[in-house]
Amino acid sequence: MVVAEGTASLITLHPWAWWCWAIGIGLALLGTTNPLLLILAATAMIAVVLLRRTAAAWARSVRAYLLLGLIVIGVRIVFQIVIGGASGETVLFVLPEIPLPAWAAGIRLGGPVTAEALMFTLYDALRLAAMLLCVGAANSLANPRQALRSVPAALYEASVAVVIALSLAPQLIESLLRVRRARRLRGDSRAGLRALGAVAIPVVADAIDRSLALASGMESRGFGRTRELPVRGSLILLLGSAMVATGGVFLLLSTRWWELALGLLGIGGIGAAWGLRLAGRRLSVTTYRPHPWTLRASLVALCGIGAAVVVWLGAATDPEAFAPTTDPLIWPQLTWPMLAVIALVLAPLPLTRQRPPAVVHSARNDTRVRSLRQFGNPAVEVEAGAP
Amino acid sequence: MISFTEVGFRYADATHPVFRDVSFELPEGDLCLVVGGTGSGKSTLLGAINALVPTFTGGTLSGRVRVAGRDTAQHRARDLADVVGYVGQDPVRGFVTDTVEDEIAYGMEQLGINPVAMRKRVEETLDLMGIAELRRRPLAELSGGQQQRVAIAAVLAAQPQVLVLDEPTSSLDPTAAQDVLAAIATLVHEVGLTVVLAEHRLERVMQAADSMIWLPGDGTAHHGRPAEILATASVQPPLAALAKSVGWQEVPLSVREARRTALAAGLLPAAPPEPLMPSGAPVLSARGVEVRFGDLTAVGGVDLELPPGSITTVLGRNGAGKSSLLWALQGALSCTGDIAVAGTDPRALDAFSARRLVTLVPQTATDLLYLPTVSAECAQADAESHAEPGTTAGLLAELGVSVPDDRDPRDLSEGQRLALVLAIQLAAGPAVLLLDEPTRGLDYRAKAELQRIVRRLAADGIACLISTHDVEFAAGLSQRTLLMADGEVIADGTTRELLISSPAYAPQMAKVFSPVPVLTVDDVVRGLP
Repeated sequence: MVVAEGTASLITLHPWAWWCWAIGIGLALLGTTNPLLLILAATAMIAVVLLRRTAAAWARSVRAYLLLGLIVIGVRIVFQIVIGGASGETVLFVLPEIPLPAWAAGIRLGGPVTAEALMFTLYDALRLAAMLLCVGAANSLANPRQALRSVPAALYEASVAVVIALSLAPQLIESLLRVRRARRLRGDSRAGLRALGAVAIPVVADAIDRSLALASGMESRGFGRTRELPVRGSLILLLGSAMVATGGVFLLLSTRWWELALGLLGIGGIGAAWGLRLAGRRLSVTTYRPHPWTLRASLVALCGIGAAVVVWLGAATDPEAFAPTTDPLIWPQLTWPMLAVIALVLAPLPLTRQRPPAVVHSARNDTRVRSLRQFGNPAVEVEAGAP
Repeated sequence: MISFTEVGFRYADATHPVFRDVSFELPEGDLCLVVGGTGSGKSTLLGAINALVPTFTGGTLSGRVRVAGRDTAQHRARDLADVVGYVGQDPVRGFVTDTVEDEIAYGMEQLGINPVAMRKRVEETLDLMGIAELRRRPLAELSGGQQQRVAIAAVLAAQPQVLVLDEPTSSLDPTAAQDVLAAIATLVHEVGLTVVLAEHRLERVMQAADSMIWLPGDGTAHHGRPAEILATASVQPPLAALAKSVGWQEVPLSVREARRTALAAGLLPAAPPEPLMPSGAPVLSARGVEVRFGDLTAVGGVDLELPPGSITTVLGRNGAGKSSLLWALQGALSCTGDIAVAGTDPRALDAFSARRLVTLVPQTATDLLYLPTVSAECAQADAESHAEPGTTAGLLAELGVSVPDDRDPRDLSEGQRLALVLAIQLAAGPAVLLLDEPTRGLDYRAKAELQRIVRRLAADGIACLISTHDVEFAAGLSQRTLLMADGEVIADGTTRELLISSPAYAPQMAKVFSPVPVLTVDDVVRGLP
């Protein structure tokens, strides 16, 4: 099945719903080191990605993140074996130890490798890998560019800057390659630092030219036109809310006054939302083919937040299950709240629909389909055949 | 629709103003052509229409410019976005988004048009420019002609009353240029837009123009009917040059008009003598050159031999593999097949020795320049080529283009910059010179200069191979022409027989005097009794 990027709004969720879901799961996984929960949640997430991603190029990125996760686990394990200190009693094997000078005290090369230390590292690495996978899942399910297009109006300028930066990077590489190739034409075979000026100056000059051309293009097409004076007080409100929320996070993480902390967080959050709304009023830019925020989107986003809440509440009430000890080694348990978390990870499956594959009934005399095929653009083919 | 009243403009650090007391008025629905040499202020004039000049470029503008009743002194470019659509010289650099549809919608998003109306207008604009099938394609993957049409569509979607285009066809092959110009003509005739267009190559556009503004470069501007302006302007497309040399009062604007006038006047030049195909032992010979980028075959098995002192042009669509062939022949691009220049394979040599055999001036000649002054570049070129100090500066002087020594190479005009890069590359004393698309941005005079330079180099025994989109340039210069398509050489013969037999590439003189095989105005003049 082929779904082109532009039609995404018809069948897929608002991109921020997917990001909210994925970030929620990421926060949830941050709160646990239970390997069973981590592996099950990661598997569930991959299932959702495979069943709900589109066929666009960026939807393939989950594989890269999965690989990155495995590399993280591998590297952590190897480092633990080679230079990790040993704790625990179950010695699996002993590596020859290399004596280090006195100033390197605290670092040990080789020596006994214990199951306890190894499992501790494995759990921790698993958590990191699973969180990486969350980012990968969000990337595969929602195009980051599309997500940037639907930010609150107050953040519009920031999102424009990010989008431009994203598109300038490949252009810079292209111009770098071109200039390097041109160096040969002048018979300049200097390499390294001495060639820096000869390469950097044309590239930088080109980048500046490009930026100026882009800026004049944006200016002449009306960028920055519909701005009015900022609403009085919106900046103070935003800054104040951010400070209150930061204070809340600080209290939550480092003290026991969690009721006060949650209250402050709530006030900060509401204040920030109100401030963004106020600040966004001065901008009347509209969005082409906007993604509507539907009930389904809210539900998917809530699933992510719900997963985070369940894990953090669970970790507070039942720390043995959510953070199983590795010294002494015990078999991790799977409790009911964990199953609820898995259910929340899988919840987008019934909440969203897969677009049925377009059935192309080829019409013998449909010259349109045939002429479009010559372009070799499958997206157009499907569109031509779809009812 | 557009009125200039006693407009003057001077850049911040310039000694001479670009304009003095320029006044003209363009009525609604006009297609106005702005002509003039390089650096005569065409782009400045266009920018003044939507207030990019002076708000974006700096400098002082005096007098008054009014567009659709709005004074540009009181409006910024962004405030004029709904009345003036402006497409700059390189549309790719002005693209803000990355797909066709989003790019078209971008301007409307900025104007705050509601999404439902926007959706409808995007569809209408796609149809108007005939690019509906491209809607979801990434902009970077489109061909030059398609990109240009998308750029025009993107400003049209905001439904402006005026369209300003700065050299829309300068980098396009003849067919793509024709497509873009046809689209513009449709906009004038069917939609009633006022279009202001700057061009160097007037051959194709001048027949559609209602009026013309000639900028002689001394700060004045002459506005009038195209036929009148062309009769006096120093900018001479082939038809104007013909009218001048045979003494017609009125400059014919189209081939049809010229043909009728010539028939009525009984003007029939004799066929010029058969051109001599250069002969002699080839200095460059290539067999089965094939360049691949991944799955894509850019050049597929080209055989080529260049005798010393020959001038050969390569024509073909954008993306036909012309540039790749040139780069491969220089040895700077990996390719299969055999290449021998004076008996040696340039691919096997280091960069320094390779360019003493065969040298290439790339399409973006500025990539080669990195020093702050012209004299520093010349000295560096001498050192690189192990030549006597002063060789490059001497060559530059010999090329007959005056280039100030202390100027930053990036501030030179296109023609001066090309001359500088050419001198740098010739300092190595190569046997073969490859020029990739050298005519871009050159006016008629600079092109004539370039022709003269290349002829002289060829007379010194250097074999020249030039890729170009400019048919008139090829017709006036080369003895032999290669036509490339899809990575292959599909025709190879004398320039005369090849150009005359091709509908897309026939120069205007050939069309006017068909079936007499004349290519240039010089041919005609020489053939007249």
